[in-house]
Amino acid sequence: MTERILAEGNAAIGWGALSADCKCFFGYPITPQNEVIEFLAKEMPKRGGIFVQSQCETATINMLFGAASCGVRAMTSTSSPGWGLMLEGMSNLAAARLPCVVALVQRVGPGVQRLTHSQQDYNSAVKGGGGGGYKTIVLAPASVQETHDLMQVAFYLADRYRNPVVVLSDGLMGHVTEPLELRKHEFGPLPEKEWAVTNHGRHPDGKHRAIGASYNPLKGESFVSYLEDMRNTYKEIEENEVRFEQYKTEDADLILVGYGYCARVAEEAVDMARAEGLKAGMLRPITLWPFPYKAIRELANRGCKFLVVEDSLGQMAEDVRIGAGETAEVHLADVTFRHLTSEDGMIMPSRVLEEIRRLL
Amino acid sequence: MSDEGKALVKERVAGRPEIFIREWFADYLWDLFCPGCQTPIVGRIVAEVLDDLGIGDTAIMVGCVGCSGILIGGFDVDKVSPAHGRGPDVATAIKRIYPDTVVFTVQGDGDCIAIGAGPFTGALTRAEKITIIMVNNTNFGTTGGQLGPTTLVGQVTTTSPDGRNPALEGYPAHAAEIAATFKGCAYSARGSLHTPASYQKTKGYVKKAFQKQMNGVGTSFVEVLTACPTNWHLSPVDSLKYIEENVIPEFPLGEFRDVDSLE
Repeated sequence: MTERILAEGNAAIGWGALSADCKCFFGYPITPQNEVIEFLAKEMPKRGGIFVQSQCETATINMLFGAASCGVRAMTSTSSPGWGLMLEGMSNLAAARLPCVVALVQRVGPGVQRLTHSQQDYNSAVKGGGGGGYKTIVLAPASVQETHDLMQVAFYLADRYRNPVVVLSDGLMGHVTEPLELRKHEFGPLPEKEWAVTNHGRHPDGKHRAIGASYNPLKGESFVSYLEDMRNTYKEIEENEVRFEQYKTEDADLILVGYGYCARVAEEAVDMARAEGLKAGMLRPITLWPFPYKAIRELANRGCKFLVVEDSLGQMAEDVRIGAGETAEVHLADVTFRHLTSEDGMIMPSRVLEEIRRLL
Repeated sequence: MSDEGKALVKERVAGRPEIFIREWFADYLWDLFCPGCQTPIVGRIVAEVLDDLGIGDTAIMVGCVGCSGILIGGFDVDKVSPAHGRGPDVATAIKRIYPDTVVFTVQGDGDCIAIGAGPFTGALTRAEKITIIMVNNTNFGTTGGQLGPTTLVGQVTTTSPDGRNPALEGYPAHAAEIAATFKGCAYSARGSLHTPASYQKTKGYVKKAFQKQMNGVGTSFVEVLTACPTNWHLSPVDSLKYIEENVIPEFPLGEFRDVDSLE
């Protein structure tokens, strides 16, 4: 029988990693993700896994580079200021085609700011915030259960495409407590990691392995052919891995678009609007890259308006505009909609409902 | 370089052992390093020691960015090239995954104790059982001879055109002495390559450093003083004299820590 527990979102990141048979965790304390490293500091060694607390986030991301080079399942977690430090490392991981997972529990920015939730790291996570124009798959859970489940998807996709995957949470999702079923998901077969560095000497092909964040002429690559390979992988991901959820969109005139905690807010606002006879629905991107442009375009072609509910000044909103095209109306309920002006505020369903009433 | 000269370099520098240097690397040695550069000799010493200890096929190398980073191309071992300065972080993870395998970094002084000071002291703080070899040529060579953490007082570089001025740029950093202050450090030494005798002595340090790792003691570190004729604006022979007269007085040779257990 599947075990059912009560867990915080941050613990669910850890439980999800364990369910995915993650073997290595590297971490550095930063609020609001400390529960992730504390959970794994306790649980990893019990299972024969590796836990290392590093000297800074730059170190954790480079430890992740080392672990991923060995082909083992490895991850780190951080929050926004630490994420900034990790971006050079993210670029290197993507360049070296190393599968790994980073859980990013967003907090208010820009800069150090304060310690509470926000959604202000969308662009740096989704658009390849480090140097060089790489892409990382970004998964956005909207519940404790989904956090756990998407962690497993993250490890699977990382291995399948040899690409880093970001699980994008926030301080609110990280601290909400909900029931969690510790179910282990089965995915399809994965390619052998014959490229990985090992400790057994020469590999079956008689050669040693070299990992680095650049193309390798000794493998017959040129700079351009290497980028072409990367582009082909990205194309394959865009064709096969778009994930999203629709809620009451069948007859909707206004589509709320939100991810993470804002999707929960939007869903409740949709129910409140429906109770008043207002035809609102919701589209919730689960993958932020690849983004569900097509699904948004289809709704736009049907004549729908959009209301993006996003706890920032509008980052995902730009992708919604791209998806919706020039003729569709795209509105934004952003960070200024928070119920408090301090960092503790959040966008409330009632405030979103006011906006729905205004637009319908 | 003449074909005769190339053959000589190939034999002297790249002749053995087999894990160093791979054929293509040997053929381009004179394009990869400046005349009189001693960085490849550090590669050779490391390779000889790996061979002597019988771990040449299984040891895992972590490189760096800079002149010493070029060395990794010559090693026929499983290897990882990290971001600038991050070798000890990468090596930490690899060593934790393969605890019975020798994992080592070869880094320049800029990579190791300028941009990489955090990873360097971080590994020592955690007493990671890795070996760090630092090549100290007193400047950033690859980028054109800028001021490094190890640049001597008064030494002219492209970013200290009037010579290193302590009032503005402080004093050279002593990595081997710094390493020795850590309780997690099993071994720390500084050698040079300016005479055949110093070559042999340095090789002994490197060997001891790897043995400490094989014995699971703690972090081991060897700093090697090398000539950089191009950026020192000296001939290769004068560079060796410069090491003896100027570099060694600032960076004394010898062992700074040598323990068989950390407690």
